[in-house]
Amino acid sequence: DDKLLSEPLKHPDFFSVKELFTLKDLFDARVHLGHKKGCRHRFMEPYIFGCRLDQDIIDLDQTMQHLQLALNFTAHVAYRKGIILFVSRKRQFCHLVERTARECGEYAHTRYWQGGLLTNARIQFGPGVRLPDLIVFLSSLNNVFEPHVAIRDAAKMSIPTVGVVDTNCNPCLITYPIPGNDDSPAAVELYCKLFRMTIIRAKDKRRQSEAVEELR
Amino acid sequence: QTLRLICTTTAVQRKNVGASGPEKYTEAFIKKQIEEFNLGKRHLANMMGEDPETFTQEDIDRAIAYLFPSGLFDKQARPMMKHPTEIFPEQRKIQWGEDGRPFHFLFYTGKQSYYSLMHETYEKLLNVEKYQDQLLAQGLPLQKEKRNLAGSRWLTKIELEEMLLEKLSDDDYSRFIQLLQKLVALPCADMEEKYIQKFSKEVPVQLQKVVIEPLQYDERGVAFSTGEGKRKTARATAVVYDNGTGKITVNGIDILHYFPVLQDREQLLFPFQFLDRIGKHDMVCTVSGGGRSAQAGAIRLASAKALRSFVTEKEVEFMRQAGLLTVDPRVKERKKPGQEGPRRKFTWKKR
Repeated sequence: DDKLLSEPLKHPDFFSVKELFTLKDLFDARVHLGHKKGCRHRFMEPYIFGCRLDQDIIDLDQTMQHLQLALNFTAHVAYRKGIILFVSRKRQFCHLVERTARECGEYAHTRYWQGGLLTNARIQFGPGVRLPDLIVFLSSLNNVFEPHVAIRDAAKMSIPTVGVVDTNCNPCLITYPIPGNDDSPAAVELYCKLFRMTIIRAKDKRRQSEAVEELR
Repeated sequence: QTLRLICTTTAVQRKNVGASGPEKYTEAFIKKQIEEFNLGKRHLANMMGEDPETFTQEDIDRAIAYLFPSGLFDKQARPMMKHPTEIFPEQRKIQWGEDGRPFHFLFYTGKQSYYSLMHETYEKLLNVEKYQDQLLAQGLPLQKEKRNLAGSRWLTKIELEEMLLEKLSDDDYSRFIQLLQKLVALPCADMEEKYIQKFSKEVPVQLQKVVIEPLQYDERGVAFSTGEGKRKTARATAVVYDNGTGKITVNGIDILHYFPVLQDREQLLFPFQFLDRIGKHDMVCTVSGGGRSAQAGAIRLASAKALRSFVTEKEVEFMRQAGLLTVDPRVKERKKPGQEGPRRKFTWKKR
């Protein structure tokens, strides 16, 4: 059992996450497009490549690195049978995100976030509840363009977060930010596809390793 | 010998009710209760000397009322023996498995059944739209059969709460109904007909046509019909005969003697006068209760109802519009405390 858990940690890319996407895929899905210059958040300036006709362009090289780290982390969490919660407050993609979560076998929350869901979970759900081990934000703002409450709550409950941050978002409290577009349907579908493939790969690898262990 | 704790502190005795939340009944507990109920039912049947196989719930209620007579006013407070599914309310069992992972993918939203319902309905909507797009791409026309919305209504909020076993707010309910209406409004919504029927209920048509009774014939071959009427506390029944001379008998007495006042006799004759059949019918009526005027009004209503059988439908409509067939709802108003009568207040004295 110890060998099962420590084996993936010895390799930098145990789940070969780099093969899932290329720079061209990100460009075709319009991930590099940000919001206008006036909407720019101060902490997103390191991730921005430049500005063309007032519209910010996100640096896709940095996005590649961040995305690879984030997908690797989610794969490890899924390998160790962690609970992953997909959060997005964009109404356009609510159905898509819920469908992705259902196909992975993980959980989603794309509706109104009640105040004490994470911090007051014992009383909301019941005494023996298990909180999510990873929260993935496909859009880190809520409908009023403020940072989602779940980012702060996850930081309070020591839950690591992975999030797609656009040029008007605050990447501060997110453990693995992914600078990229969160408004285009193509970009969000790409993210959903990538997360779904990583989680399914990680779970398959886990089942294979367990089968190999049992055979011994 | 075991040591028993005799005195306890108040802190131990006070239960922290807020932290535990509502009690959850496990499946095993409910199963045991059902087995105990069935055993108890057979014991009760043996005690009462009846057949245990054919012992219904009504027999159980009667037996319990006989064995445990109670003078309590509230029926719910008396001893009762019912099937456990009726006593223990249907509750959600624990939502996660042994490893802690919840079963439902929307568990962390809080209202999982409601949001999964919204998710499914939206998926049906998307499917219908995709199908429509396919039809448009092929160039086929879209079907436009209108669903009959008059005889159906959507589920109420309480019924939806019972279906989902979850509390809903008014906003949630209205959003769900709006989504359903949007789905129904699409032209190709027929393919999701089954799904929509789960959330709609039939409203029985409430129009009750008043059946006019046909004429009956007595031994002499004369047609007659009966009618009943009431006014204040008076109740009257009237039998109207055809081929008559216009004679009217009340309780065996002629109307001239029974109703000395002209006004009451006018009331009796009004239905016949309205239909221009004054000398053509005979009437025999019985009346009880009320006063002079009330009895007259009651007989008038009774005779008008009886005359419906002799007359065409148009004339019945005329009678109805004239107010001959409506029961007069005015009754004596009750006296209120602090006042001398129904409306009269006590004399106001300045000092």
